[in-house]
Amino acid sequence: MSDVSFVRTDMLSEQEPPASSVGVIGWMRSNLFSSWGNSILSLASMAFLYLILSAILPWAISPTWGATSLAECREILHGLGREGHLSGACWGVIRDRWVQLFMGFYPSEFYWRPILTFILLFVALAPVLFADKVPAKLIWFSALYPFLMPWLLWGGSLWVPLAVLAGFVIGFLVHGVVSKKMSGLAGLIAGLVAAVVWWMFLAGIVSGALTSIIPLALESVESRKFGGLLLSLTIGVVAIGFSLPIGVVLALGRQSDLLIVRALCVGFIEFIRGVPLITLLFVASTLLNIFMPPGTNFDIIMRVIMMATLFSAAYMAEVIRGGLAALPTGQYEGADSLGLNYWQAQRLIIMPQALKISIPGIVSTFIGLFKDTTLVSVIGLLDPLGLSNAIRADAAWNGIVWELYGFIALMFWVFCFSMSRYSMYLERKLQTGHR
Amino acid sequence: MKKTVFFGALAVAGLAAGVAAAGTLDDVKARGKLNCGVTTGLVGFAAPDANGEWNGFDVSVCRAVAAAVLGDSAAVEFVPTTGKTRFTALASGEIDMLARNTTWTFSRDVDLKFTFVGVNYYDGQGFLVPKDLGVSSAKDLDGATICIQTGTTTELNLADYFRSNNISYEPVPIETNSEAQQQYLAGACDVFTTDASGLAATRATFENPGDHVLLPEIISKEPLGPLVRHGDNEWGDVVRWTLNALISAEEMGISSANIAELSAGTNNPEVNRILGTEGTLGEMLGLDAGWAKNAIAAGGNYGEIFAKNIGEDTPIGLARGLNAQWTNGGLIYSPPFR
Repeated sequence: MSDVSFVRTDMLSEQEPPASSVGVIGWMRSNLFSSWGNSILSLASMAFLYLILSAILPWAISPTWGATSLAECREILHGLGREGHLSGACWGVIRDRWVQLFMGFYPSEFYWRPILTFILLFVALAPVLFADKVPAKLIWFSALYPFLMPWLLWGGSLWVPLAVLAGFVIGFLVHGVVSKKMSGLAGLIAGLVAAVVWWMFLAGIVSGALTSIIPLALESVESRKFGGLLLSLTIGVVAIGFSLPIGVVLALGRQSDLLIVRALCVGFIEFIRGVPLITLLFVASTLLNIFMPPGTNFDIIMRVIMMATLFSAAYMAEVIRGGLAALPTGQYEGADSLGLNYWQAQRLIIMPQALKISIPGIVSTFIGLFKDTTLVSVIGLLDPLGLSNAIRADAAWNGIVWELYGFIALMFWVFCFSMSRYSMYLERKLQTGHR
Repeated sequence: MKKTVFFGALAVAGLAAGVAAAGTLDDVKARGKLNCGVTTGLVGFAAPDANGEWNGFDVSVCRAVAAAVLGDSAAVEFVPTTGKTRFTALASGEIDMLARNTTWTFSRDVDLKFTFVGVNYYDGQGFLVPKDLGVSSAKDLDGATICIQTGTTTELNLADYFRSNNISYEPVPIETNSEAQQQYLAGACDVFTTDASGLAATRATFENPGDHVLLPEIISKEPLGPLVRHGDNEWGDVVRWTLNALISAEEMGISSANIAELSAGTNNPEVNRILGTEGTLGEMLGLDAGWAKNAIAAGGNYGEIFAKNIGEDTPIGLARGLNAQWTNGGLIYSPPFR
């Protein structure tokens, strides 16, 4: 017998993994075809995607960017041998009208103003959205932004927003002085009264006087000139900005032990939630007009913003109440045991946790509100959807539907998708649990 | 707290408005701008172009009134209104006049308290059908599916017409005109019905307009015209006679081309009265003597406005038909300027 014992003296070199488990094939095997059921689902989805894309892409890929009318689009397509009702998209309408879809009727020489406002919006939001990445001092700019924004958009004298701002400063100072000498409640009331007196009687006179001395004014632009995405964004951003604080107050009010406060908050929330937004918009556009003395010029966009704000504030209150309800009672008791008063407890313990829990709901409400701004087209404001109708009324573009709707959908999608991604980022950043 | 400022300012503005609301004419003059309600967009009648300039048949009436009152056809603030908001906008004073292809009906005039100052377009409800359907009269439409805009007079007219002719139909309710076009082209309905001018405009956008025909029946009367609020007759007169001036100008042969020449004085006393070289018509209206001249110069006479916006040379291609001058067998007729 020969010696059959065998001792390996060197290691086998690593082999390449089998071709079927790496690369594209491997990825497909593990992600698309890991089992019979998944394979069938994958194939069905692919077939579905193919069906949709094979219908849309040939239509969307259409060399009609330069056309100046629907008839010209058809000529171009006809020249390519493409016939029929939906043989190709007519993108010329987007080239012709995209500026209008973004800016509405805003005077073109002032386009820099909404653009600057939009850029500054991000600067102002940065300390709120990305608190750890920007200098903390920037929060002062965020505080000033609500006064800067209307001035840039609507124009007029710079002294008007400054006078309004001064009202807050005066109220705050009076509050400080009085509450030191008397009780805190007296200080609050005195501050409020001082601010209101300033706004109602003095602000107009002072800003008028200052304007006549140093006329720092931008050419004013009327609300009627707002349209397109600019209108949607203006309504959306202002309503979002106001609805969150109002919603927090309403949510707290609903949990309050004070009977009247609670009744008011519950009544408000339930009333607003029980009424469709479109009804509120009609109230804003028509009923208010009838109630007010004839000739009163109560800005239509302001009316719509107020209604949209109230509407989303009611929803916001319920979302935040959900967050509050999710907090264990121990958190409230812990705050009490530390000797924190109500506002301190809310600010330091309750709200940070409740708001964190509510982030997905809050952002959903924001997205919903932003999309709801398209409803203003039913009261004759020319938001992107309203403009699409106005553009179709141009004899050159009459008959164009899907190109406009597709473009508008894309505009809205960009904003809503960014909001949704940001909320996911924020949730991850604030994640403190151990999952 | 900001709201408080707002309501304060509002109350003050309201008081000021209460004092100032003497007459619409004075308000417009003081404001230096005419607030004119138009549609949010209807082919040929009112639409903004890429630069935001409004154009169209109804828009021209607004511009003519602005030119007559303020001497500047650009001094108009166009307020887009929907079918639902138009009447409250006018009643509340948000707009001074409404030129929004609005049908003159009894209830709108009497019950809603508006004054229709005239008719600038005689429309009527018609039917659009594909040629392959092989229908030559609306009476053959028994059992047809019909696309119709909900909540309009056209819906009621249709029901009346089919009931009185003892035939049945199946309505396909749709919300907007563009939706109707899509549904009709997709074959969701056999017939599309709306105002004949709208049908013509719609058909003009089709890939093959020749494959579709307008049936000869016009089943309703839709006199469209500008309107103002009840109770301010001076202002009503201004709008009425501005429209009449445009109509008379066509009849008298005054056009934007020859108006400068004619306003030097002519042998025709009525032309002279219209153009303000004779008589004191402008003064009677509370306007300056050149009011009608300005109105006509703004966009031309009635015929020119018609031809430019909806006439046979435009894609919409409407024939004058009922809207021809009475001298040509139409219904367009202005009382004399005397």
